Amino acid sequence: MKRRTFTSILAGFSLAAGLFGTAAAAQDMRIALVVKALGIGFFEAAAEGAEEAAAELGNLEVIYTGPTDTTAEGQIEVINSLIAQGVDAIAISANDPDALVPALKKAMQRGITVISWDSGVAEEGRQMHLNPSSNALIGNMIIKLAADHLPDGGQVAVLSASATATNQNTWIAEMNKVMGNYPGIEVVATVYGDDLADKSYREAQGLMQSYPDLDAIIAPTSVGIVAAAQAVADAGKIGEINVTGLGLPSEMAGAIESGASRSFAIWNPIDLGYSATMIAHALATGAATAAPGAEIPMGRMGSITLDDTNAAAMADPFIYDSTNIDQFKSIF
Amino acid sequence: MNASDRNIPDRLRSPFERRLRSWESLLLLVAVAIFVANSLASPYFLDAWNLSDATFNFTEKAMIAFAMALLIISGEIDLSVAAIIALASTAMGAAVQFGVPTPGLVLVGLAVGLACGAFNGLLVTRVGLPSIVVTIGTLSLFRGISYIVLGDQAYRGYPPEFAFFGQGYVWWVISFELMMFALLALAFGILLHGTNFGRAVYAIGNNATGALFSGIRVARVKFILFLLTGLMSGVAAICLTSRLGSTRPSIAFAWELEIVTMVVLGGVSILGGSGSIPGVVIAAVVMGLVTFGLGLLNVPGIVMSIVIGALLISVIALPRLWTGRGQS
Repeated sequence: MKRRTFTSILAGFSLAAGLFGTAAAAQDMRIALVVKALGIGFFEAAAEGAEEAAAELGNLEVIYTGPTDTTAEGQIEVINSLIAQGVDAIAISANDPDALVPALKKAMQRGITVISWDSGVAEEGRQMHLNPSSNALIGNMIIKLAADHLPDGGQVAVLSASATATNQNTWIAEMNKVMGNYPGIEVVATVYGDDLADKSYREAQGLMQSYPDLDAIIAPTSVGIVAAAQAVADAGKIGEINVTGLGLPSEMAGAIESGASRSFAIWNPIDLGYSATMIAHALATGAATAAPGAEIPMGRMGSITLDDTNAAAMADPFIYDSTNIDQFKSIF
Repeated sequence: MNASDRNIPDRLRSPFERRLRSWESLLLLVAVAIFVANSLASPYFLDAWNLSDATFNFTEKAMIAFAMALLIISGEIDLSVAAIIALASTAMGAAVQFGVPTPGLVLVGLAVGLACGAFNGLLVTRVGLPSIVVTIGTLSLFRGISYIVLGDQAYRGYPPEFAFFGQGYVWWVISFELMMFALLALAFGILLHGTNFGRAVYAIGNNATGALFSGIRVARVKFILFLLTGLMSGVAAICLTSRLGSTRPSIAFAWELEIVTMVVLGGVSILGGSGSIPGVVIAAVVMGLVTFGLGLLNVPGIVMSIVIGALLISVIALPRLWTGRGQS
């Protein structure tokens, strides 16, 4: 009886091994789309775009992967396993621009094409970086979204992701640069919800308590904006406080409908995943090389020209409001 | 307990049989099973360099787990270890800005680790506070200091020689970290299983009052264990910082739970009093193999967490089910 228990455990393990199956056919090119963490709507949409690019290019397998938490250590484990699998290219949205450099350098030494997209890696850790938009335009856009509905000026607060998030910090810095163009608008606080729904919700509640005259909350993160809109709706302050920033149409449709958010902006993550995959493919096949001034084709998205730091912007952010939300909410 | 449990057996189990039925053998069997399953599941698994890369998944955590095992055996716990890494790393990063060379950085890392350990130890042994409360507090305190110093910034510019600790190889595929893992496993194994100090640790964990009346300086032993845990966190901080090549306050976030999982999976009783270093060594390898093997199959991280959780519960539950009702 006892012995049988052990045999069945062993059988269980080998069964599990069988269920996982074997790796895909070797002749296909394999491009890994590494995201900050799995289970985030934005990245799921990017993966959809990557699949679209794979279907268009043919003989291309997209490995959509990432850690459970938005940590650099988690992404390094993922990178190590991708190096071990000998993938052809890694396209990564980084949790930390510096900490991933040694691991990504190792990947490049072993002949893997490495690009970053969305949230970048320091120059020596990648061949090129694809920005979804230009940081200056985004920084301007998030404050403009709030200011457009405050013709007489007012108080706004920023609800960001983690204090170490590369892109959020850049956008906020760009926003501060153009504050002079929006007289009467005052940024009273910047708080961090760590891209966790419950923490963002509590931080938004805290903002409303600390600043009773608050007119708008700017959340340049898809998790924070939904949580803030919920907090505003729950506090019965719809109409008083406008939640805006960067969000996903599918998650924000309710907030637009209820009026908790008048408008928000985002680039198209499907286009972003599609473009990143197209670029990774072009570099991995040798059809293009990453160098300052080089032009790299991105299929239906046209092409980009790399700047001095081997970075490029894909497109301008796009505003979503009650006039177009229904059209986009089913897409991503 | 029914009457049959009180029966005296005709003879005790032979030492060989006892060893065969021990926790460590069970874990070893699990490790072998996972190794075989991984080799069957992925063609990339059986490669010296890939396996070498996989060791980085557990080496730093295991260094702390050895010291943590002793601490838990003695009936205490330190949940601030990951925060100590953050603080030690921040201190090293700050030292870099003042142009401190590599040997100095190592000293800074170890000193901060020791100081944090001493702080925890003093609060527990002198002030008499429960260690779980103290270290939950210092968890926030130590990492909080890092956040105040760094905010959203990062320390970079570590000297090139410093990269050796986390990225260097001693011989072929044996990384410096893997060598440290082996040496520390040996050192802690000897400390726990071969010295009077080790016997004192078990005695304290089983009955602290009894140990005190037997002439063991309980507070001193516990203080030394907190120092050791802090020191190992410092060592891990050096390795991890070197591997990442930069410091951010979120470094090693939430590692304390993985380290405690490693210790408990290694057969150390969370209530104190029993456990072994070989068990923790095998548990570290098991956790590393599972995460790396599942990573090769591109299994999402959340599924890995579920697998580790299921592994922990089943490995702990199995021997109890195996021996009927189990011993409590």
